[in-house]
Amino acid sequence: MDPVIELDGLEVRFGQRTILKKLNAKLTGRSVGLLGPNGAGKSTLINTLLGFHKPSSGTARILGRDVRTQAREVRSLVGYMPENDAYISSMSGVHMVRLMGELAGLPREHALERAHEAFFYVGLGEVRYRNIGTYSLGMKQAAKLAQAIVHGPKLLFLDEPTNGLDPPARTRMIQLIQEIRDRGDLHILLSSHLLHDVEDCCDQVLILKDGNVAAFCNLEEERRANRRFLELETRGGNNGDFLQAVVKLGCETAPGVQGRIKLVMPDGLEVRQLYEIAAGQNVQIRRLNRKRDSLEDIFLKAMESADGRL
Amino acid sequence: MAVYKKTYRPYEGELTPSWSRFLVIPRYAFEDLHGKRFLSIFFLASFIYPLVCALIIYVQHNASALNLLGVQQGARGLISINVTFFMSLLGWQSIMALFLASFIGPGLVSPDLSNNALSLYLARPFSRVEYVLGKMSVLAILMSLMTWVPGLLCFGLQGYLEGWQWMRDNARLASGIFFGAWVWILILSLLAMALSAWVKWKPAAGGMMFGVFFVASAFGAVINAVQRTRWGNVFNISHLVGVVWVRLFEGTNQTTNGAVFFRANQGEQVPLWTAWMGLAVLALLCLYMLARKIRGAEVVR
Repeated sequence: MDPVIELDGLEVRFGQRTILKKLNAKLTGRSVGLLGPNGAGKSTLINTLLGFHKPSSGTARILGRDVRTQAREVRSLVGYMPENDAYISSMSGVHMVRLMGELAGLPREHALERAHEAFFYVGLGEVRYRNIGTYSLGMKQAAKLAQAIVHGPKLLFLDEPTNGLDPPARTRMIQLIQEIRDRGDLHILLSSHLLHDVEDCCDQVLILKDGNVAAFCNLEEERRANRRFLELETRGGNNGDFLQAVVKLGCETAPGVQGRIKLVMPDGLEVRQLYEIAAGQNVQIRRLNRKRDSLEDIFLKAMESADGRL
Repeated sequence: MAVYKKTYRPYEGELTPSWSRFLVIPRYAFEDLHGKRFLSIFFLASFIYPLVCALIIYVQHNASALNLLGVQQGARGLISINVTFFMSLLGWQSIMALFLASFIGPGLVSPDLSNNALSLYLARPFSRVEYVLGKMSVLAILMSLMTWVPGLLCFGLQGYLEGWQWMRDNARLASGIFFGAWVWILILSLLAMALSAWVKWKPAAGGMMFGVFFVASAFGAVINAVQRTRWGNVFNISHLVGVVWVRLFEGTNQTTNGAVFFRANQGEQVPLWTAWMGLAVLALLCLYMLARKIRGAEVVR
């Protein structure tokens, strides 16, 4: 699969400070999360991909276009929802989104129609004629999303899209992002320091730390693997016979002390079948846990410094 | 698709040519300015002087009108339609343009900067140069309508009434009006944009427009008085423009010393190359100020 974003030794320096240090990655997912603590370089990476900062060495490609030499083409393919407040306070919502559509190249009448559609889509249909300066924080976030999608981009950069939102507004924003992702018309790069947002919306994660790639993982594969990995605690009956029966079903097992068993189930085997075998062997399954190697574990592992401390 | 269909769909239609996109900015700006009554009245009032000039030109060439006013044919010389007439017209209109720039200029860039909207503009296939051009064109169009357009219309009227030969003999006046006005328009536009980018409070930015002219010319006058020199005039922007205008209107055969606000008195003038150099330095300074502020993302070093 052709990479959506390809980082090729990308380095960005501001004066003497190196912000991004020779990043290399090929991101192919439909929805890619960009994780990292504050100051890790997430926003700088997005700004560099948009052409706001010039790489001091290396380059990056978006959908095959070089951000150094084809910045204009790159920007015609992307929609950008910035982290901070970004609006023209004296304009009505629909007026500003229409302006942004026209600047992206939409003809006047299409820009107007799509601005209205985008506002309805993000749930601001009723307030689209109000000046953006009067919007609540949640509305401003939604308006930023509307201007990012008005021109129908191929790749959407979302920089901390749930910043400052209350729980219902956050849920709505996450649902919108999931809807956009699931339609399959465009790719998403979601930058956040909130693990749940990334876990809910992304299938790949790039973790940055101090301007370096600390980890890259495919959440989808991770989730699939987690679903097959179980930890059991058994009592009674003959544990050895139970183990043999489970191995016959194709499971890989690792017995522990006090009836504990770790096992990896083959594809096609259901947990229900384990209970049936256990019942047949007169073994009680007192505890059954799926492996919980969550994004949080992956993130914490990536953040561990050489001395083992965060 | 109807607006109530709440769904996302990609855009597959045609796009506008990229060269024309900077024109979107003045269109939106004019829509906005159209609703401001004071500005509309001021803009209309700025045409009073050119109308009076056109009336004078007409009356000068109309014997029955002169008779009606009880003026003898020989009195035509009282108001001569010459270089001073057109330079004064341009001078007054340029002062009006200064007021206009100080009303409109501060509202051009500062609203985009104060709420970080620049990142939205520049995240599109739209460059910083196009942004500046788009914003500048708002001022350039309005100031053109106030300066060289009425100036050339009056010149055309005079030429029409006086005859083709007069037009040929005085072609330099037309080029002086056109290029002289553009020198002023470019300087004012750049200055208004640069101040708007750095001073976010609109009234302060508007006030600074005048401050730059009056404080700098006062500073220049102090240097002239203390050092007994004329070089302090390089700080006087209107003096520099006046020197350029006199050359543009009259070439080397100078008979006037500029007009109204743009006086470059005989003996106090800085050399022409210094005037051009001074204006170029001011323009470059404004461009530098704009380049520092017009960015998609702030860089903290």
